[in-house]
Amino acid sequence: MDISIIHVTLFVLAIFLGIELITKVPPTLHTPLMSGSNAISGVTLVGAILAAGHGGNETLINVLGFMAVALATINVVGGFMVTNRMLAMFKRKD
Amino acid sequence: MNPNIIEIAYIVAAALFILGIKGLSKPKTAVRGNQLAASGMLVAIVVTLLNSSVVSYEWIVAGAIVGAIIGATLAVKIQMTAMPQLIAALNGFGGGASLAVAAAEFIKSQPASGTLAQLTDHAVGGGMGTFAMIATGAAVFIGAVTLTGSFVAFAKLQELIGGQPKGFPGMKAVTAILLIGSISIIGYLTVDPTQTQLFWVMVAAAFIMGILLVMPIGGADMPVVIALLNSYSGIAAAAAGFVMGNSVLIIAGSLVGASGIILTQIMCKAMNRSLTNVLFGVMAEAG
Repeated sequence: MDISIIHVTLFVLAIFLGIELITKVPPTLHTPLMSGSNAISGVTLVGAILAAGHGGNETLINVLGFMAVALATINVVGGFMVTNRMLAMFKRKD
Repeated sequence: MNPNIIEIAYIVAAALFILGIKGLSKPKTAVRGNQLAASGMLVAIVVTLLNSSVVSYEWIVAGAIVGAIIGATLAVKIQMTAMPQLIAALNGFGGGASLAVAAAEFIKSQPASGTLAQLTDHAVGGGMGTFAMIATGAAVFIGAVTLTGSFVAFAKLQELIGGQPKGFPGMKAVTAILLIGSISIIGYLTVDPTQTQLFWVMVAAAFIMGILLVMPIGGADMPVVIALLNSYSGIAAAAAGFVMGNSVLIIAGSLVGASGIILTQIMCKAMNRSLTNVLFGVMAEAG
């Protein structure tokens, strides 16, 4: 079996899981949930590391790899930290 | 590191992301959910660094330092009231990262560079195979739309540009032409994957399209747009996962893509709006 078929299977199943995962979300959690899942989409950092660390010496590829790592890291670090900060604030209010 | 151990670690990371999203949707478990998702990310990153195909670290370290400093500074310094636009900006960066990943793979696959990318199916005579090319096109296109669209949303909320809907006659037609043109270019690239100029034309078209999609939407509807763009950035990450043949990218990206659409709908309902109304309604009023 072709490996890409397995990947398409993962994709389809994860789509259905994602739809089922979110059901009732109280309005106060809309922004933190958006922010948290936004940080998860920064998982593209994994791809960025693979692209930036391939060891070639073509400038354009290395620059794109560097940019990908930098942008994805901003997304991941900023995303999780700011979600945490938001949730900490809600706690104080209660 | 043994590839099987990496794949097992990716499954653990994916499970932590699922538990994380689940936790974030309930008030009691939200903090824990965010921590679970963050630890999933840590697992995924660490094992990727140990992947045997990662042979040089200077670009990774440089990018990670720059990114971590900017990301942490933004997260700590930002005013609480400016949260929606920060999420928009972070989301734009994520989309930009997926774009850069796929573009790097595309350039790598060019015969001129001498190193063929390790893709699932190779076309004879250099360049990407059909499946990889479609995935690359999708990651680049959606990533670029997310990048510029998010920055327009950021600029509107930060009041760098007016929050009112902006447009010009025939805007819808231009957007439609850009969309059809981009899809045609991706289609053409599957036949001849060595046309790098056409590839960059498609990137430019996607950049413009992102701007045109968000410009006509009013500031009050921006949170819904950001939720939608968040879903896009997930799909872009999943597409980048197909390009790289990476399971955790595919799973996490499509999770965010799908749950993001549902969250967008929930937010629309809470605001008493329909999604089509947000996306196209105001546009009609603007002419």
